[in-house]
Amino acid sequence: MVEKRPLVTIATHVVLVLGVILVLLPVWVAFVASTHTSFRLNTGLAPLWPGTAMLDNYALIFSEGARRNGLPPVGPMMFNSLVMALGITFGKIVISILSAFAIVYFRFRFRMAAFWVIFITLMLPVEVRIVPTFQVVAGFGLLNSYTGLILPLIASATATFLYRQIFLQIPDELLEAARIDGAGPLKFLWDIVVPLTRTSTAALFVILFVYGWNQYLWPLLVTTQPDFYTIVRGIKGIATAADSEPVWNLVMAVAMLAMLPPIAVVIFMQKLFVRGLTETEK
Amino acid sequence: MSEKRVIFRGTALPLLLLAPQLAVTAVFFLYPAAQAVRQSMFRSDAFGFGERFVGFDNFSALLNSARYWDSVGVTAVFAASVAIITLVVSLALAAAVDRLIRGSSVYSTLLIWPYAVAPAVAGILWWFLFNPSIGILAYVLRTFGIRWDQFVNGDHALILVIIAASWAQISYNFIFFLAGLQSIPRSIMEAAAIDGAGPVKRFFTITLPLLSPTVFFLSVINVVYAFFDTFAIIDTTTAGGPGRDTTTLVYSAYSDGFLGQNFGSSAAQSVLLTAVVMVLTIVQFRFVERRVHY
Repeated sequence: MVEKRPLVTIATHVVLVLGVILVLLPVWVAFVASTHTSFRLNTGLAPLWPGTAMLDNYALIFSEGARRNGLPPVGPMMFNSLVMALGITFGKIVISILSAFAIVYFRFRFRMAAFWVIFITLMLPVEVRIVPTFQVVAGFGLLNSYTGLILPLIASATATFLYRQIFLQIPDELLEAARIDGAGPLKFLWDIVVPLTRTSTAALFVILFVYGWNQYLWPLLVTTQPDFYTIVRGIKGIATAADSEPVWNLVMAVAMLAMLPPIAVVIFMQKLFVRGLTETEK
Repeated sequence: MSEKRVIFRGTALPLLLLAPQLAVTAVFFLYPAAQAVRQSMFRSDAFGFGERFVGFDNFSALLNSARYWDSVGVTAVFAASVAIITLVVSLALAAAVDRLIRGSSVYSTLLIWPYAVAPAVAGILWWFLFNPSIGILAYVLRTFGIRWDQFVNGDHALILVIIAASWAQISYNFIFFLAGLQSIPRSIMEAAAIDGAGPVKRFFTITLPLLSPTVFFLSVINVVYAFFDTFAIIDTTTAGGPGRDTTTLVYSAYSDGFLGQNFGSSAAQSVLLTAVVMVLTIVQFRFVERRVHY
């Protein structure tokens, strides 16, 4: 802006600093709580400055977990979260690329029918069809398994539509040239289409990873053995316990660890992620 | 639906390529959805042995139950509050970042990352902040003479989940508002500034009207979010209580189905909810299509 209005600029910074404080406050308080002993935390007001028990708390939740409070060690839980997040991410990307390619680059019977079948999934969030989906997964014997955690969340209309949009923008000349050179559909897909979508795929990766890592209801239903708990799901057990037996320092340490990987991914891939998000939704 | 001019021939290959997507969709989306519709018309006995067809009885029972309408009321207050708080706060932040040239990327980074925080975690963070005995915010409120207690006071519990849900959704709205603001041509603003319009006037006469599609889009998104994605926030904090003061429609479908084993009623609730999402999705799509064609 060409004009100079110092007062408005100051107000702008005030708004932003307040916003940043608002956004940071809960996480700061959680971090601080994770560095104190449970004794210190439960005598009076929760402190605002880090304490000395940080290493002890984190070592405890990594080694033994908070077993007394129904929480297994966090290492395996984070591994389960990673498997689930990556499984959902890759699964969604692969089946979406394949189906978008089929819809865009072929004319066949049932094409519109297939398109609509995929479209309908947009309107059926997992929360709405929980009981029957749970029954299906239980029927397949997939409770307490990675497949059961991943597969039902893999179909995604949004990702398919994003790829369809991108494919439609690829110039027809590329396909003509490829066909003259004798390339079949799969070669064309792998050598030309997939490399052309690389940045969008990376952006989608961030969004889907965060989505997969942060799943709560689904892991809550399909995992009853602590061996298969994801970390976000695992928090429930210990948080419920914290109201009766005060272990807020451990709860907050687990919360910090649950937040770390997705936040790291979002911050490191910030530009791609923002682009991907605004494109996916449009 | 736009088309390619040049295509490949064949039927078998595209069907093969579609097969994984269609299989997952059929098994985990369409079949369960059909089951939900079917179950919504049956009533199973208390021991889970038999079930009998009851037509629309489950629906009429719901629509006649004060308990269900309480959830409708809770959901309405909850969704409207979350949508409005989120829109206002994130628009203010995005407008502020958009005004700055230097320092804006630092602010953006600091405001974007909560997108990555799981709703379940967000719920727990705020639960702790407001904890009546050790929470800092509960303490601050006490100094103002407010005896905060989310465990027994239904209003307090509802306010708590509204704040947590809004907090978790601000960064998402912020990203879209910032993208929207940055696509407004600077020249329009400069012309208005030269004509003597101050920042506040410019915001209300130029920025806001030009942003209205984004506002509309985000309103729909926020309502859908408040309906469905906040399940984890409610479950990790109030679990629908105290009483049923924070039981939203999704939470009610879950607790009646999984905790109460009342599958017929839960399925009927799911069917009603699906109808709501469908309407919202259609509204959103019509609007998005209109926007694509300008």
